[in-house]
Amino acid sequence: MLRNTRRETLVALVLIAPFLAIYGLTFVYPTVAMVNLSFTDAPLIGPGQWVGFDNYTRLAGERRFDTAFWNTAYFVALSVIPGTFVAMVIALGVSRLTGRMQALVLALFFLPYILPVSVVYRLWDWTLNFQFGIAMYVFDIWGIERVPIFKTTTWFMPAVAFVTIWWTCGFSILLFLAGLRAIPAEIYEAASLDNTGRWTMFRRITWPLLWPVTALVTTIQLILQLKIFDQVYLFSTGGRPNDNLVLVYYIFQRAFVNNQGGRAAAIAVVLFLIVVIVSVLNFQLMRLAERRK
Amino acid sequence: MTASSARQINLVGGIITLLTLIIAVLWAFPIYWGIVSSLKPENEVVRPYIELWPETLTFEHYIFALTETQIGRWYINSIATAVGATILTISTSMLVGYALSQLRFPLRRPLYWLILASFMVPTQTLIINHFVLVANMGLLNTWAGIILPQLINPVVIIVYKQFFDQVPRDFREAAVMDNAGEFRILFKVYMPMNWGVTTALAIVTFIWSWNSFLWPFLAVTKTEMMTITVGITQVSDAFGVYYASQLAAAVLAGLPVALAYLLFQRRVTQAITLSAGIKG
Repeated sequence: MLRNTRRETLVALVLIAPFLAIYGLTFVYPTVAMVNLSFTDAPLIGPGQWVGFDNYTRLAGERRFDTAFWNTAYFVALSVIPGTFVAMVIALGVSRLTGRMQALVLALFFLPYILPVSVVYRLWDWTLNFQFGIAMYVFDIWGIERVPIFKTTTWFMPAVAFVTIWWTCGFSILLFLAGLRAIPAEIYEAASLDNTGRWTMFRRITWPLLWPVTALVTTIQLILQLKIFDQVYLFSTGGRPNDNLVLVYYIFQRAFVNNQGGRAAAIAVVLFLIVVIVSVLNFQLMRLAERRK
Repeated sequence: MTASSARQINLVGGIITLLTLIIAVLWAFPIYWGIVSSLKPENEVVRPYIELWPETLTFEHYIFALTETQIGRWYINSIATAVGATILTISTSMLVGYALSQLRFPLRRPLYWLILASFMVPTQTLIINHFVLVANMGLLNTWAGIILPQLINPVVIIVYKQFFDQVPRDFREAAVMDNAGEFRILFKVYMPMNWGVTTALAIVTFIWSWNSFLWPFLAVTKTEMMTITVGITQVSDAFGVYYASQLAAAVLAGLPVALAYLLFQRRVTQAITLSAGIKG
């Protein structure tokens, strides 16, 4: 069949025109403008002078940037691997159930993931409330001293990481369940004929076959948690925001509180580069793994 | 395998199942606790012991939230922006997915790379320039301004492309024989075969948009233009430090998405696994 190339190109252009307009406006242009802005001393809105790499060199010795950077790293460490681990354990448990029971239990684990962050914030702010939170009664019963969790620097990040794992775990559980379903039942049957123990089965069959999903879940979580803002911001209200800074929070502070668009853009570019590098590395690793198969 | 070791393995299996059930109940407990607390009178809420059911069941906090605060207005804003973002995302992504999957044109490869690139770019870092852009367009405190940056959603395009790729070529060739134009082929052949995935993608796009916090939080400064997700955290004076009222507002904010999930459970989980790149 002959293809009418010119007609096809024309139709294609019509089809992608709305998309190109939207992406040009909300993605390509803001990205270029952000890089541009980071080399100026402009306020949030309005023109500024070209200052070269000044905004970047200033970041190096800045206390708030330091806090934001290390808090982000700390949060990633507290949430990514523990979150993946918890999700895997729960998925292994859920995969033993069948039919309606499995659907019900999965729904209980998945429901938090569907909720908006502000609802999650209200629920846990209430549950962990210093005066009336139900968790504090449990503390009392066990003889642990009450702590104003979101007001102390030591407890803040671990608590936010805990809430984040509770909130987003359903997503990872779902991916692990899909991975577990993809493992052929015959392998387990063959192994049980050989009288293989539960633990050996997990170590020799489930764990290695589940590895691609584990890698996927870990990287999705890593990229997601590098961009943390919402929970940290909400739980910081009335607390100590300057001790709890993370990178996106710092961008927000510089741009929208201090009205320093240029300096905020420099932080944004740094985070931008971190996330892009992690994504590209991940993309290459996945390609490598695929080729090895 | 001896009988006793088989029984032992069943016992261990039973314990694991039981533990899973207990953890599942504990996992959902904070949600239950939030709902129950919102149904108690304020003086019962702060009692220093655990009551799993209200002594006096009351809806006063819901009535208060719905009549005395701007929550109704926020609901309208949330519905309008989430529905708008969903319709725009689905319709534009469907067209691009079709073009990428079925047509040959010069810009095809760079276009594909642009979409893959937008996967990697963290939109949170673009907030400054999104704000400048939307401010310059005079769209702060408007529905359009809230929607605009939410339209970067490359996942929907990729999922559509994959589904259109799977439609057998014979359908397309038969339609071309009949002299059907591309739009006719898309809407009469490809879309009807993919209503399932369209529903799934539409529901999760709605949920994502309803739940988005950072951008609607920045784009709106006027209380009456806030979405409910932002509103319930920003206007504390509306609720005071009355925990039950705050929780009632939170329940109202989470209700639509929770219902969407519970009603369309299979579709939601399908779309979410697809969005992670796993064939559902």
